[in-house]
Amino acid sequence: MQQSESTHSTETAGVQSAQEAPGGEIIRFDKVVKRYGSNVVLNELDFSVAPGERVTLIGPSGSGKTTILRLLMTLEDIDGGVIWVNGEPLSHMRRGDKLVKANEAHLRSVRKNIGMVFQQFNLFPNMSVRKNITEGPVHSLGVSKDEANQRAEELLDLVGLNEKIDAHPTQLSGGQQQRVAIARALAMRPQILLLDEVTSALDPELVAGVLDVLRNIAQTTDITMLCVTHEMSFARDVSHRVLMFDAGQVAEEGPPEQIFGDPQEERTKSFLKAVLEHG
Amino acid sequence: MTWDTEFAISIIPRLLEGLAVTIQATVIGYLVAVVLGLFVAILRRIDYIGPVVFVVFEFIRTTPVLVQLLFVFALAPASVEPLTIGVAVLGVHYAAYTAEVYRSGIEGVAKGQWEACRALSLPPWRVWGAVVLPQAIRKVVPALGNYLISLFKDTPYLFAITVGEMLFVANAIGTEAFRSMEAYTLAGLFFLAVSVPSAVIIRRLERRYAAV
Ligand SMILES: Nc1ncnc2c1ncn2[C@@H]1O[C@H](COP(=O)(O)OP(=O)(O)O)[C@@H](O)[C@H]1O
Ligand SMILES: [Mg+2]
Repeated sequence: MQQSESTHSTETAGVQSAQEAPGGEIIRFDKVVKRYGSNVVLNELDFSVAPGERVTLIGPSGSGKTTILRLLMTLEDIDGGVIWVNGEPLSHMRRGDKLVKANEAHLRSVRKNIGMVFQQFNLFPNMSVRKNITEGPVHSLGVSKDEANQRAEELLDLVGLNEKIDAHPTQLSGGQQQRVAIARALAMRPQILLLDEVTSALDPELVAGVLDVLRNIAQTTDITMLCVTHEMSFARDVSHRVLMFDAGQVAEEGPPEQIFGDPQEERTKSFLKAVLEHG
Repeated sequence: MTWDTEFAISIIPRLLEGLAVTIQATVIGYLVAVVLGLFVAILRRIDYIGPVVFVVFEFIRTTPVLVQLLFVFALAPASVEPLTIGVAVLGVHYAAYTAEVYRSGIEGVAKGQWEACRALSLPPWRVWGAVVLPQAIRKVVPALGNYLISLFKDTPYLFAITVGEMLFVANAIGTEAFRSMEAYTLAGLFFLAVSVPSAVIIRRLERRYAAV
């Protein structure tokens, strides 16, 4: 591939030369910068995730975990660097040999590979459970109504809520709503599933049901998962790798047995100690 | 001047004709207002177009409707029916109010709803048509209803541009018969007879929508 080595930049923010796309990785953060005003949340963050890998992000509040997931879901603009998904730039598009900021059409197409489950569920309150789940497949993937309904039924079986298909979100408990939200995300058949503290808004007795559903998904699918959670035993069960974040940087990473059993960094140790004391 | 019941009864049919025009102007003007206002509220969120739309409708909202009626009436070709002008001006004027109502409704839709739409890659027409507007409009139904009553009470301004609504009829009767008390009293009562039940219905709607 012919690459020009030109260094001139344009005024478009985040413009970079389109180097070769990374391979063997489904996600790669390449010197990603994210600021809110003068607050630099991510400062040239690098990390990558392999296809099918389940990664847990831990770290103190404000360390940038949510920001990472929101950047991946393209809910936030990136201030520098490039995020690669499947070797394609996420928040940028190729124009010739340049990468320029993605337009809305590009964003809509890349988002289809990625699903997200939110802390506050964010179900559509004006739609039935069924509609919540079929809306995306029908109107953004162009799946037929019949097929979308079938997916909805299968997924509600998976999350144990098939009898609630015609209920409205307001009629469900928080735990049930979150399970519907998981089904809604999966109905898009994303390659990557982002989970941002999906049990932290739930009453304690409802947490286990949601985590069981996620364990089941982890065991029975090869979906790539990025999961922010304070549920350490869940993280130990499902994740291949744990990333400990501090101040927008990876402070320590490794398999869960190592991070939870034998952390090396002082920051990891004190963070885990704090979580254990409060959990 | 004494009250003449027989005369009062004799003018009721003409006043009711005027009332029919008033109601016609109210209903059509209101439909213009609720539809146009929605478009204005959406356009206001679009780059470049938004600020222009904002300035135009702020101007319309903050200048008196009577001035707008007379202004458009003076400019419009004589072939245009005064009622048409009246309905259009009232509709556009009230669209400036309903746009504000819709705007507050749209802003009241949780940020998470927009984000869920994005996470599902929904196309804009579904984001607006299936998620945002159904939630926003639900919340603003009572506020929109109040503007129906306001618009109804503003229809006498159409008198100024020779629309044969109820006040115009009452005034004509007064001039012809040299007695105006009966006509104005009845016109007032007819206004009351329409707006009080409407207000009750709207209060009920308000309670119903507030409940869910
Ligand atoms: N919308 C926002 N506006 C301004 N600052 C924000 C916003 N979102 C997050 N931040 C800041 O970014 C930093 C990282 O936040 P976040 O990614 O939510 O951390 P975490 O999820 O690890 O708790 C924090 O300092 C937070 O205050
Ligand atoms: Mg967070």
